[in-house]
Amino acid sequence: MTGAPLVQQPSGARAWLLSPEPASRWQARLGRFYLGWRAFSKNPLAVLGLGVVLLLILVAIFADLIAPYSPIIGGNLRTERLLPPSAAHWFGTDDLARDIFSRVVYGSRTTLWVVMLVAIIATPIGLAMGTVAGYLGGWVDTVLMRITDIFLAFPRLILALAFVAALGPGIDNAIIAIAITSWPPYARIARAETLTIRNSDFIAAVKLQGASTPRIILGHVVPLCLSSLIVRVTLDMAGIILTAAGLGFLGLGAQPPMPEWGAMVATGRNYLIDQWWVAAMPGAAIFVVSLGFNLLGDGLRDVLDPKAAK
Amino acid sequence: MTEPMLDIQNLSVVFGTGRLRVDAVKDVSFHVEPGASFGLVGESGSGKSTVLRAVCGLAPISGGRVMVNGQAVKSPRDKSFYRTAQMVFQDPYASLHPRHTVDRTLSEPLAIHGEKNAEARILEALREVGLGPSFRFRYPHQLSGGQRQRIAIARALILRPKILLLDEPTSALDASVQAEVLNLLDELRVRLGLTYVLVSHDLAVVAHLCDRLLVMRQGEAVEETTAAALRSGQAANEYTRALIQASQGFARDGVEPVLV
Amino acid sequence: MTKPLLEVEDLRVRFHLRTGIVEAVRGVSFQLGHERLGIVGESGSGKSQTGRAILGLTPPPGEVVAKRLTFDGIDLLTASKRTLRTLRGGRISMVMQDPKYSLNPVMTIGEQIIEAYQAHRKASRGEARDKTLAMLEAVKMRDPSRVFSLYPHEVSGGMGQRAMIAMMLVTDPDMLIADEPTSALDVTVQMEVLRILDELVAERGMGLIFISHDLKLVSSFCDRVLVMYAGHVVEELEARHLREAKHPYTQGLMNCLPKLKDDIRPLPTLNRDPAWAL
Ligand SMILES: Nc1ncnc2c1ncn2[C@@H]1O[C@H](COP(=O)(O)OP(=O)(O)OP(=O)(O)O)[C@@H](O)[C@H]1O
Ligand SMILES: Nc1ncnc2c1ncn2[C@@H]1O[C@H](COP(=O)(O)OP(=O)(O)OP(=O)(O)O)[C@@H](O)[C@H]1O
Ligand SMILES: [Mg+2]
Ligand SMILES: [Mg+2]
Repeated sequence: MTGAPLVQQPSGARAWLLSPEPASRWQARLGRFYLGWRAFSKNPLAVLGLGVVLLLILVAIFADLIAPYSPIIGGNLRTERLLPPSAAHWFGTDDLARDIFSRVVYGSRTTLWVVMLVAIIATPIGLAMGTVAGYLGGWVDTVLMRITDIFLAFPRLILALAFVAALGPGIDNAIIAIAITSWPPYARIARAETLTIRNSDFIAAVKLQGASTPRIILGHVVPLCLSSLIVRVTLDMAGIILTAAGLGFLGLGAQPPMPEWGAMVATGRNYLIDQWWVAAMPGAAIFVVSLGFNLLGDGLRDVLDPKAAK
Repeated sequence: MTEPMLDIQNLSVVFGTGRLRVDAVKDVSFHVEPGASFGLVGESGSGKSTVLRAVCGLAPISGGRVMVNGQAVKSPRDKSFYRTAQMVFQDPYASLHPRHTVDRTLSEPLAIHGEKNAEARILEALREVGLGPSFRFRYPHQLSGGQRQRIAIARALILRPKILLLDEPTSALDASVQAEVLNLLDELRVRLGLTYVLVSHDLAVVAHLCDRLLVMRQGEAVEETTAAALRSGQAANEYTRALIQASQGFARDGVEPVLV
Repeated sequence: MTKPLLEVEDLRVRFHLRTGIVEAVRGVSFQLGHERLGIVGESGSGKSQTGRAILGLTPPPGEVVAKRLTFDGIDLLTASKRTLRTLRGGRISMVMQDPKYSLNPVMTIGEQIIEAYQAHRKASRGEARDKTLAMLEAVKMRDPSRVFSLYPHEVSGGMGQRAMIAMMLVTDPDMLIADEPTSALDVTVQMEVLRILDELVAERGMGLIFISHDLKLVSSFCDRVLVMYAGHVVEELEARHLREAKHPYTQGLMNCLPKLKDDIRPLPTLNRDPAWAL
């Protein structure tokens, strides 16, 4: 069999990565990863998104080093309350004379924590529900998908509100509430993907080798659903941050004095006309990070899920 | 007489119910001796693939008996069954997992059956189908159609089955690659003492690889005949004659087909 | 002969891949009238990419250049996306290789054909349904109404292929590019399907490009044959004279077919000469 002739060939480390005959599992995997990275890095917006997300992570890790003031203990209430942005207080101060920049920096921890936990809880639930329903079909599918439909029927914020009302306010309960309300779309996506692959020959082939159902789902179905799911979760992150902020804004998320962007916007609401920076600075942070996740998600989609990208 | 490796008696397969009910296989019987090679030919949709799938448990057996290596098959099939019979699918583009390297594809059956020294077995399996170790860590998209089909054959052989069920193993391949795969199958059968059941719509391919064959139409067995009879153009059944006639090439009305 | 339906001159298809640039088609030229033109060649020789390029279906990151590419006077290279869309599936159709891949796995066969029909012809659902059933019957499906409501994984390989052909012929195209349309069909059904295509060419003057690796079939069915190797045409000849091909590549391809009449084993395989690719 002749391939079409290759006109131009790479050299050096790239050649090693792109070798059509990798010599080890690692080389094959790295080569695949490198190809993905090449496609990803061609998209400047996606790289910008990745930059924002990395920045969020770094800021959260080094919050102690970055923040010039304590996020909780304010300054002199008489002289340092509601100061506009200046060299001493980059983002100004709030009604309790706390440095807003420091609070935004520490707030990134809360945001990251929310995003991470929701991803860790909701993705596996959605993945498990969707692949099991799609693969097994029949009554299992009907039951699991009806449950999913019930969750899907409620607007996310309302359902989260109901959960928080039942569990009591607090950041951890808010996370659980958000996680419980975010998995249904993931289950739908995973099921749809599973339906298109469950009758394929390569699944029949591994059945013929005597593989058990869990083995087939975990080893053969899940890897194929994962990429579209990662894309979707990343794109959803913006919504999750907004929901968390919304809960904070309503006083049902993070409790004072914990720095949380949504709650900070809520406090700023009272001073919106004269001291705009109190609400605007955390608001901008929410905006930038949401946008960052969205751009990253779009870029990942081009790489991982080229079909959906069109 | 030796006991047949595969013995199928009055096999029926039914799909669907009501308006969508279809008798895909009706009362089909045949048997294959150890080390022999048996062909299934016939109309498209006549149930050839379904017979193979029913043997493997991928299609329901609605009636009749399937004996593999002297034992009636159990539903669901047990692990020892899969060590006796394996299948190669028609479409090499669809039968390999797109995200698994050749290494992963070949190590999966070994892992499922808890086999030892996977390393050596994988390299041996690759060598058997005429591929070097350089193919081991490639992904399917880095392989040509013929190479993929070789990997599919290697995967089927790695558990050392006695019977290989081949569902149109070369119909997606071009002439030169088809010749390579047919030569490979021929050689492997002799060397490993395998029993083949081959489905194909190409009479020349069936005649090349098989000694005896069954002609199927609309789910029923029409005629059992031999490759020699096929070559000499003898056939009792009208449909078989039509098949032989049609395989000479396209004939416009009144014009004799050009023999190639 | 009347004005050709399709004119292709120096067609090139390039893929700018991360691993380098691949030229899949390198300077293919031919004309198609109201006739049956066969394209043969081994896997990867660029047959499908030639067909796809004509329809503007080259997958990204592919790039198509040609000195000339016209269909019935319309320049396909400069035509707007909209013109191309109405041509595609309407006046020009293509039966893709690998039907099971091209059919939507979660939609019934009937729905897919109806959708294709309604995309190009104004018709009520009832009409579209009747036309679909008639088309399924025309491609010799037994029990068309059952096949209508089956999903792609529930039909046999050959039935899927015929469903695909039905879908492409339902709009009565003027030109059909058929990429390995009969590779999964048994010989008798294959003949029936070829007879339909043959009629369309003879009676309606359809132009047919028939891509295949089955030389035996092409030589008996087509009028002319292009033999491709590594992206270019190594030989063009009358289909009836394929047996007397001059190029060693064409001869090699002919020889490696198993023959019903005499039993050669092992079968001869191709020894490729690097000079052929030049
Ligand atoms: N899962 C299924 N559900 C419903 N019907 C099915 C299913 N699988 C196969 N059939 C039906 O069984 C019949 C026989 O199909 P089969 O795939 O065995 O044909 P085949 O002889 O292999 O044909 P081909 O040569 O075209 O591959 C067809 O009518 C098909 O529609
Ligand atoms: N998306 C793509 N990216 C890069 N290269 C491609 C792409 N699609 C096809 N090619 C290359 O183009 C060449 C021609 O492919 P094409 O599909 O036209 O072959 P073919 O003659 O139809 O073969 P077959 O008989 O296997 O269908 C091949 O070498 C292939 O590697
Ligand atoms: Mg079949
Ligand atoms: Mg092709």
